[in-house]
Amino acid sequence: MTADEGAKPDTPLSIKDCALITLATGRRAMNLRELGVALGDAPLNSIYYHFWGGLLRPSFADPEYQNDFAGWARQSLHDDRLAERLAIVDPTAYTDLEDLRRDLIEIIEERLEESELVPWAKREQQFTFVESQIVVFDTEIRIDDPAALVDLLPTLSPGSIFYHFIDARRRNPEWIDDFRRWLKGFGERYDKLTQRIGSLDPHFGSLTEMREDLSRIFRGYFEWERL
Amino acid sequence: MNATLDEYARVVGQGVIRQLRQLAKPLQGATVVHVNSTREGGGVAEILNRMVPLQQELGLNVAWETVVGDAPFFACTKTFHNALQGVGSAAPDSMLDAYEQTNQANAERLRGLLDAADVVFIHDPQPAAMIAHFAGRKGKWIWRCHIDVSHPFRPVWKYLRNFVQKYDASVWHLAAFAQPIRHPQYLIPPSIDPLADKNVALDSAELDRTLEERRLDRARPIVVQVSRFDRFKDPLGVIRAYRMAKKYVPLQLVLAGGGAADDPEGARVLEDVQTAANGDPDIHVLLLPSDAHRTINALQRIADIVLQKSTREGFGLTVSEAMWKERPVIGGDVGGIRLQVVDYQTGFLVSTPEGAAQRIRYLIRHREKSREMGKKAHRLVLENFLLTRQLRDYLTLMVAIRNGARERIEL
Repeated sequence: MTADEGAKPDTPLSIKDCALITLATGRRAMNLRELGVALGDAPLNSIYYHFWGGLLRPSFADPEYQNDFAGWARQSLHDDRLAERLAIVDPTAYTDLEDLRRDLIEIIEERLEESELVPWAKREQQFTFVESQIVVFDTEIRIDDPAALVDLLPTLSPGSIFYHFIDARRRNPEWIDDFRRWLKGFGERYDKLTQRIGSLDPHFGSLTEMREDLSRIFRGYFEWERL
Repeated sequence: MNATLDEYARVVGQGVIRQLRQLAKPLQGATVVHVNSTREGGGVAEILNRMVPLQQELGLNVAWETVVGDAPFFACTKTFHNALQGVGSAAPDSMLDAYEQTNQANAERLRGLLDAADVVFIHDPQPAAMIAHFAGRKGKWIWRCHIDVSHPFRPVWKYLRNFVQKYDASVWHLAAFAQPIRHPQYLIPPSIDPLADKNVALDSAELDRTLEERRLDRARPIVVQVSRFDRFKDPLGVIRAYRMAKKYVPLQLVLAGGGAADDPEGARVLEDVQTAANGDPDIHVLLLPSDAHRTINALQRIADIVLQKSTREGFGLTVSEAMWKERPVIGGDVGGIRLQVVDYQTGFLVSTPEGAAQRIRYLIRHREKSREMGKKAHRLVLENFLLTRQLRDYLTLMVAIRNGARERIEL
């Protein structure tokens, strides 16, 4: 028996739900230079929103780019090179949003230096900076046994998935989702499961798809465990 | 009889309703008052007709009041409406006097109710100036703007801003509409009610009856635009598009709309539309009463294509209505229509009658693509533009604003 075989988290996993509401910040940009300036003093909450808010907005097809800055560069500035550089920025790689802000500005400044003309958007296609407020509420569901998530996960609301799988990365010191953080409380016992959750790309999918992916990972893991 | 939350659960799922009940818990017993300009006609009245009973069912103490005004007052607010949408004409002082006096009179009439309210929602410019008469208010006052204010005629906006900035917060459909004001500006798109007469499923007998009553021929494609007779809905542009497309495909056009109690211009626009139709038997101009919801529902369902060729649009609820019925929509590339019509996915965005004509021809020619777009459109509305989503946004806003509008609120 290894030292942490009997380890358990201090508390059960407390399932929360959330609702997000968006606000205009009043900041707008009509060209690339203005975008760089506005990014410099935009609230961090707004930068965060423009990376993740798309998950909670009306959308239909998979968006071409995974953050609003890249989407705007492509659709409104028609600057594919800039769009590609912005699109590759992965917010999960940053533990400090100030670093993310700095890198975004750097990409923009680099592009401005390369360009003979400052790329402009039409008046109707300005970039509008938005931020959000999040209201979190307790569903009163508590989970002691990770296997219970097999049945629970498919029933969770998109708001719960957002809170535990996306928003958690801002709250948790390790910048990881709530599921992995809680599973780590069991010591090494669920290492394989946490690795599989960690390999799930939170981009390129809706919250409903993330719920399906997480459900599949938990179901697959515990069915395999039983064999 | 209004539908209950359990009935909505059958459309949107129990999870959505459970979330609403949880969000409403901290608002139990809170007194909320909505004030707008009319009880029937137009999208605002429609939403409030449904929203208020559901908020009540969730345990909030909700009242809905309308402003009482005379012809000069509504002439002034129509001028405001046009000016805020960018068609400039300043309101003369006599009009502004009528506006302010009417607001003062309504403030006195509603004082008891509004003084006691925890949250007051004032919808659009008509009652906006009432806030000037509640200097010592205890509740949170929120101005809800339902208009496309992206490029307002500045003198009129400057005048109204004096009132709007007194509010604790404002609500806009889109970020592009928000204005520089120093209070929180929330973004909440409106919604449609899937259980309202205008949107419920209809049987084929009712659709056949509508075809017969309106003398429409099922064998030829039908293009429908439903909206009040307002110049911003561009009904004349729709007739031009129909005429251009009709050279290639055998079309029928239905322009169906009603008047709204607060819209004195409607009759003039209707007259222009009838003149432009010029007796064409395939152009059906229908002035419908404000309660003709099932007729509108049927017209949208028998349409092959629905148009909403607005040149300015706060949101355009008729777009979501048509999309809910699995119809592709050709919409003006403006305002809230952009949020609903995902170009090439749920319909097409156009900027001219020529563009609309081209897309009409395409959709008539590519029936399978048209059906596919209709199905995608339905799903987009199910997930984003139903009443339950808007209700959730309002509850979230009320919880947020009563908790100091912090970035993160843990209940």
